[in-house]
Amino acid sequence: MTTETTPLLLYDVPVSSRFLLGTARYPSPAILAEAVRAAGAKIVTVSLRREAGASRAGESFWSLIRELGVRVLPNTAGCRTAKEAIATAQMARELFATDWIKLEVIGEEDTLQPDVFGLVEAARALADDGFAVFPYTTEDLVAAERLLDAGCRVLMPWAAPIGSGRGINNLFGLRALRAHFPDTPLIVDAGLGAPSQAAAVMELGFDAALLNTAVSRARDPIGMARAFALAIEAGRAAHLAGLMTPRDMAEPSTPVLGRAFDEGLGA
Amino acid sequence: MLIRVIGAGVAGLCAAFEIARAGLARGAAVEIVDAAPAPGLGCSYHAGGMIAPWCEAMQTEPLVAKLGEEALAFWTRDIAVATVAGTLLVARERDRGELIDLAPRAEHCERLGPERVAALEPALAGRFSQALFFAQEAHLEPRAALRALHDRLAGMENVTLRFGAEATAARPRADWTIDCRGFAARDALRELRGVKGEMLVLRSEEIELSRPVRLLHPRHPVYIVPRGGGLFMIGATMIENEERSRVTARSMVELVNSAFAIHPAFAEAEIVETGSDVRPAFPDNLPRISRRGEALYINGLYRHGFLLAPALARRAAQFLFEGHVFPEVMHADQGERRADRDRGADAREAARGAGLW
Repeated sequence: MTTETTPLLLYDVPVSSRFLLGTARYPSPAILAEAVRAAGAKIVTVSLRREAGASRAGESFWSLIRELGVRVLPNTAGCRTAKEAIATAQMARELFATDWIKLEVIGEEDTLQPDVFGLVEAARALADDGFAVFPYTTEDLVAAERLLDAGCRVLMPWAAPIGSGRGINNLFGLRALRAHFPDTPLIVDAGLGAPSQAAAVMELGFDAALLNTAVSRARDPIGMARAFALAIEAGRAAHLAGLMTPRDMAEPSTPVLGRAFDEGLGA
Repeated sequence: MLIRVIGAGVAGLCAAFEIARAGLARGAAVEIVDAAPAPGLGCSYHAGGMIAPWCEAMQTEPLVAKLGEEALAFWTRDIAVATVAGTLLVARERDRGELIDLAPRAEHCERLGPERVAALEPALAGRFSQALFFAQEAHLEPRAALRALHDRLAGMENVTLRFGAEATAARPRADWTIDCRGFAARDALRELRGVKGEMLVLRSEEIELSRPVRLLHPRHPVYIVPRGGGLFMIGATMIENEERSRVTARSMVELVNSAFAIHPAFAEAEIVETGSDVRPAFPDNLPRISRRGEALYINGLYRHGFLLAPALARRAAQFLFEGHVFPEVMHADQGERRADRDRGADAREAARGAGLW
């Protein structure tokens, strides 16, 4: 059986789970904690921009996040300019004692589409400042290239707009991204709504998937976390085992020719 | 027997009322103490005042609806300040997925098409093609409701009200203390956290609504509660931080945008008031009555103060006078369950086993 030969490395840190979970909009922090356990997630994202308020007043919630005992990947959700994102990243480094930052620079309020220009600018500044940058980007190849040039060693392309639950919006684009950057960890970040969609991106060879809304807003977030965990594991295992290519013609698994007896002509 | 209730928000006033009512024949006296100069100036002041157990049930745990159903009787009979006109839940066409996902979870409600929406709320005619209607739900004006409750308490012979007073200096020593200080009780309840909420009040003579309207949205769900006289309360943000009184521009933009989506005439409405405070919540966002010696802490009502306070008050009174224990809301001392933090029901089980009740 094909198994993982080397663990997934994110900025040289081995990661045992390919399921990253966001922490926003659960019915309660207690249910969030259960969902993280059911997911088997070892990395959770947490937003800071709005929660920080004027005097870092989000401490109670953040300490609940720290107590989950998993690695925290702070994000810059809600930031619309490179400058805002950089300031939020610096605050996150101090609050969570980590150089990891999931960089979001939002360019369009309705679709929460990344502003790839601001993203590259912020990524370069943060990478130069010693951050391990996880940029939330589109499937655009040139933007991906620029982000790697800026110092990113992981990319987080969307499947579809944040919270839309639409699954893979541009299959060709995601395939091309995977093919162009075979050695860069690629984590599908947004737009997955069903476990089957998460399995699909893992089958394409993406290294991990990040979920939030589909889990946190499910009727049973804990049950849905487990469902996604199984799907991500299944998709990864399928990728390793080698998927068949769809054919145009039926191909019976038992050859027809050469059979000793043909029922149609039998006695 | 003297029972001292600390805190005159909705939790404290309801507790005082139920305890005084049940304790009258038993010779129990109730004293309410609040450091503020008048009742209801804490986060109750900014509440929406929706008594909507089934609407809430779609997005919270069943306990909230169970306790909340008792509030309908309380605010329509015991303290008759609520209007029963139902709740209308709508979504814009592009967000209809939100409505479709919630509909199967809804109880005590019916699905309405465009004609029924228009018949119920003519102002919304042609604006929403589908809605969920919770006909038995009610709404009230929180400040008037607490004034009415206060006046009722002031007329009870075994009740004393003391405002602008510090509980720590209160004499004589009470037989029982009922701590209803909300977020201020964090000095004693270390699991308590604050969840910020912002609201605003608009005045418009162009729009008439007869009941609370809730707009589903993937990121900014909002409700509008008609307060009469052309006033509409728009609420409320939910932000995981503990800033009490800073209303942000972003939050106001979101609330006003959502109001505009419900009816465009809100764009020309006057902004009468903005407000912000923090809701007290435990990690499971469920309410608790915690006991420590001869003190009960009623807290963690989160965004459901008016909805949950009557049921919690009744349970506290039944515990004091009849020794009834209600495991679904009663918790032993926090220190006993530190290790069980975040485990929700399991933690409550452990607390029961600790034998403190």
